[in-house]
Amino acid sequence: MKSDSKGGNLFQPEIMKQAAIDAFIKLDPRVQIRNPVMFVVEVGSILTTLIYFVSLGGEKEANSNFVLSISLWLWFTLLSANFSEAMAEGRGKAQAKSLRETRKDLKANKIESIDPKAKVTSVSASSLRIGDLVIVQAQEIIPCDGDVIDGIASVDESAITGESAPVIRESGGDRSSVTGGTKVLSDWLIVKITVNPGETFIEQMIALVEGAKRQKTPNEIALNILLAAFTLIFLVVTTTLFAFSKYSVEINAQGQVISITVLVALLVCLIPTTIGGLLSAIGIAGMDRLIRSNVIAMSGRAVEAAGDVDMLLLDKTGTITLGARQASAFIPSAQTTEHELADAAQLASLADETPEGRSIVVLAKEKHGIRDRNIHDLEATFVAFSAVTRMSGVNLNGSEIRKGSVDAIEEYVKPERVPPEILEAANKVAKEGATPLLVARNQQVLGVIKLKDIVKGGIKERFADLRAMGIKTVMITGDNPITAAAIAAEAGVDDYLAQATPEGKLKLIKENQAGGRLVAMTGDGTNDAPALAQADVAVVMNSGTQAAKEAGNMIDLDSSPTKLIEIVQIGKQLLMTRGALTTFSIANDVAKYFAIIPAAFATTYPVLNKLNVMNLSSPESAILSAVIFNALVILGLLPIALRGVKYRPVSAELLLRDNILIYGLGGLIVPFIGIKLIDILISGFKV
Amino acid sequence: MNGFDFAQLALYFVLLLTLGYFLGKYMAFVYQKEAGSGFLPLRLMENLTYKCAGLNPHVDMTWIEYSRSLMGFSLVSFIFLYALQRMQNILPLNPEHLQAVSPDSAFNTTVSFISNTNWQGYSGEATLSYLSQMLGLTVQNFVSAAVGMAVLVALIRGIIRHQSDGIGNFWSDLVRSIIHILMPLSVILSLLLISQGTIQNFSPYIEYKPLEVHNAQEVSQKLAMGPVASQVSIKQLGTNGGGFFNVNSCHPYENPSPISNLCELLAILLIPVGLCFTFGFMVNNLKEGLTMLIAMSSIFFVFLILALWAEFCQNPTLSLASNMEGKETRFGIVNSVLWSVCTTAASNGSVNCMHDSLTPLGGLAPMVLMQLGEVIYGGVGSGLYGMLVFALVTVFVAGLMVGRTPEYLGKKVEAFEMKMSSMILLVPPFVVLIGTALAVSCDAGRSSVFNSGVHGFSEILYAFSSAGNNNGSAFAGLNANTPFYNYALGTAMFIARYWLALPVLAIAGSLAKKKQIPVSSGTIPTTGILFTSFLVCIVLIVGSLTFIPALALGPIVEHLQMIYGAK
Repeated sequence: MKSDSKGGNLFQPEIMKQAAIDAFIKLDPRVQIRNPVMFVVEVGSILTTLIYFVSLGGEKEANSNFVLSISLWLWFTLLSANFSEAMAEGRGKAQAKSLRETRKDLKANKIESIDPKAKVTSVSASSLRIGDLVIVQAQEIIPCDGDVIDGIASVDESAITGESAPVIRESGGDRSSVTGGTKVLSDWLIVKITVNPGETFIEQMIALVEGAKRQKTPNEIALNILLAAFTLIFLVVTTTLFAFSKYSVEINAQGQVISITVLVALLVCLIPTTIGGLLSAIGIAGMDRLIRSNVIAMSGRAVEAAGDVDMLLLDKTGTITLGARQASAFIPSAQTTEHELADAAQLASLADETPEGRSIVVLAKEKHGIRDRNIHDLEATFVAFSAVTRMSGVNLNGSEIRKGSVDAIEEYVKPERVPPEILEAANKVAKEGATPLLVARNQQVLGVIKLKDIVKGGIKERFADLRAMGIKTVMITGDNPITAAAIAAEAGVDDYLAQATPEGKLKLIKENQAGGRLVAMTGDGTNDAPALAQADVAVVMNSGTQAAKEAGNMIDLDSSPTKLIEIVQIGKQLLMTRGALTTFSIANDVAKYFAIIPAAFATTYPVLNKLNVMNLSSPESAILSAVIFNALVILGLLPIALRGVKYRPVSAELLLRDNILIYGLGGLIVPFIGIKLIDILISGFKV
Repeated sequence: MNGFDFAQLALYFVLLLTLGYFLGKYMAFVYQKEAGSGFLPLRLMENLTYKCAGLNPHVDMTWIEYSRSLMGFSLVSFIFLYALQRMQNILPLNPEHLQAVSPDSAFNTTVSFISNTNWQGYSGEATLSYLSQMLGLTVQNFVSAAVGMAVLVALIRGIIRHQSDGIGNFWSDLVRSIIHILMPLSVILSLLLISQGTIQNFSPYIEYKPLEVHNAQEVSQKLAMGPVASQVSIKQLGTNGGGFFNVNSCHPYENPSPISNLCELLAILLIPVGLCFTFGFMVNNLKEGLTMLIAMSSIFFVFLILALWAEFCQNPTLSLASNMEGKETRFGIVNSVLWSVCTTAASNGSVNCMHDSLTPLGGLAPMVLMQLGEVIYGGVGSGLYGMLVFALVTVFVAGLMVGRTPEYLGKKVEAFEMKMSSMILLVPPFVVLIGTALAVSCDAGRSSVFNSGVHGFSEILYAFSSAGNNNGSAFAGLNANTPFYNYALGTAMFIARYWLALPVLAIAGSLAKKKQIPVSSGTIPTTGILFTSFLVCIVLIVGSLTFIPALALGPIVEHLQMIYGAK
């Protein structure tokens, strides 16, 4: 999916061809009625077509050819709007097609129980229900979304993520969720199915990219109401104009009453067809942009909320700092030598596979020449890190070696047994933005290991951008407050939550929401789930657990921690595109009045021609030019609708000023030029 | 225009803004305090009112309860005023033995006065008894104005409060507006006017013989008397505009001197301007109030300048240097034009010159000011709440343009607010255009037009613009005291008032329930040049797009014909 998506060519010939066909299919009034603005255009088109046929029979209210041209251009207006929508949908459809391929006639090996001797039956993947167990062997496709309950295997998830490197999936922990349609490359997995048919991730994705499931977002509904109100107003303006025109002809005793054709033309020009015709295309294209950045949104509401967020909760590790911290120094206590400390630290870290653990071993070897030892040869037992003790270490020949954060070790040895110079050293390390780890042997603190955090390049500038956009960034870290403050200052985040626990995160989100803020966060682990469910925009890494995925409302297929920033921009761009084109559409009306009013009443009040500031050649060509401009501008703005208005991370005030100048002022001026040019072309042809 | 004219205009605006600021501060004090507090004598009167009427001013009402009280109160007012006019012949204080008012005219007048429009299809001195004028019209002049102020205060509370169901107490807002604000001001203004010679009596009309001889016959004429000063002061202060006499403030007994003219002019805009400051004080950010005031004033000046230019311009057909037709020589062009623009900007409708005799563009200015929905200062309360609705639409569009769900003063503007705002935007075009279309399409509508040609159309359009926006100003030249116009315009006034007030209260209720969102640099500033100009553009574009075709067939074509000849 990733491979073809970043191509960037909006107008691929095959999509355009399909869109042209769809444009006609969408003329069905049952489709049009969903969009009140375009429905009015359709009624107008039918009306003028009828008038044309009646005029052929001799019942003339205006020149037949003129009626025909207006009628044809009105149909073209409608087709342009349909084409725009179809273009936006077309890209999604192509993606959906390739996704569908992955789930053709899948077979599943259903088993009765986890027992290896259990009976295996081959069933169709579509018959699987929640709670069923299936076994998936190497080179087989996983039939449905689920949780791994036994086994470990490498899985190729390129069908959904576009990432060709295989990932490891195993039971328990944060890597237990698998997605239907992905392929097991080696070993085997027993998977417990967690969704019913029709609700799988791939099926949701297909529905999403096809736009079938697209619900109108709150803001879109509000805008639709405003557009419907404008349409109604102009309906009243044009119908009452008929009465005014009739009266004017009588009191002035000259000229003709305005024809129905001209009234329809005026109506279509005045109602906001530009935004009305492009509205759904903008929505679909926005969703499409999100999918192309490899994010699956579970609802349109979430995308819109993304544009509104006031606060981002960002995990320090991976987002703000490079994933791994590096051990950079051993600071021994008064009773210990540096070598002794390094030795103990190395022993405690031998079985620790985390990058931090590895870096301790490496530093001990480089600085103190302590060789790598095999933990099994030492007959030591490894004590793994647990969320309760927040320590890890080894038990070796009756002695316990532990390493952990300052408070964890303080708790372990009792606070009064931590030498003051150690606390001072740990504080000093923390103030430098590094993380102090304490090493203790048999309740005796040996010293401090300094773990250095490396802040990502360019991240400070991104946070400055976010600040300019009015978004507050909060760094979430398990570090102690002093370390957190130093890194927060270095990275330029607005605030931090140190020693974060799941409850702490949840509380932070709730407090800020109570203060009226919209909060966005990224997470992957099961312990993130409560916070994810509470956040307004919750992006879950695709590598995350099933529980986390269910709690979130967006899934990032790239599992990239900085994706949140991109999502915010896409959300904003979606709203901005709507706003810009609405303003443009309404501003256009001024020029259209100058074209149509003098022309419509040319026979009653010739003096009104003084308002013909564009100096259009004849009343008929003036009205026709306005209608043609109105139709063409939909197609002209289609690229903006599909690509989205350019977003810059600056303050709302600057953004508003620029967009008012471009789309407001532009919307006033452009039609004067456009209508004049079309008029020159039309009158040129006639001569 | 000469230096003296400019000095008069400058003096007027300096006085208006200074008095408006202090009054605004005082009104904020009145509305922020509990019911039954304030200056001692006023406080006693207030508490007495609650006791006599059996009202509890301390209950916090939801928007539905608030609306129910408002509608109930208006219904009682309607029945009372209608009955009073229909029975005035058998009631006291009727020295001229005037007949009971006809059903259609009584309906029209009743709706007109309860809706704060004060359109007058009848001629005051020839139709209404002193009792009808005082107990009926003058009372409504107070209460209809107070209803508008109450709705505004409820909306402001909706903006200030958060996560709250209530928007205040209708009875307390109503009574406090009358007793603490309108009554003291009108007493002061009445005394000022009486000092200038405005009459205040209950005498029967005086018979006199004019010096002019009509058709070689001596005729006797009657000079109308009455309690004029008290009604004139509240008609100006409460943006009512219904004159005691038919010719309104052109009449020397209503408006005798340049000083009385200045006082009345100030009174027209005083409360609407003051309320902008009140809004600023109540939301704890004076700039927000100033933004509204500046947005209103900038549109006001555009039309004031247009009207002045049109009236001072040379008329090519008559080769006149300026247009004095229909103006009082006592006041001259500047004071007449200023009045015509003020009275239509605020939904006042009183006149001191003949609007029908203004030049086409001079008449277009008042017409457009009404058609914009009476938000350029507008009626007391109703003008600012209309403008605040425009502000909501503006932040909505602006919010979309910067990619953020819009918020106004910390409150999110969402689908419900847009639905209600759209209903409010629909009212003026619907009522004005459909009404005008009906009138020009039927004989009952056309036969009232005295002027032939384009100007007749302008007159009908003006009448419906005035009624459909609760102004009450008349172009004249149109006999509107016919059953058709009485009922059509009466209906227009009714819809224009309540179709606006109820959605505004709904918005107030919805905003009050919402959380307050903290300001950040992602918030669109709702003060400053950028927002103000965008607001002005939205008001002008939304207002003018609707009426351009109708205006083109009326005043615009009149103007072009005047300049370039009829053909």
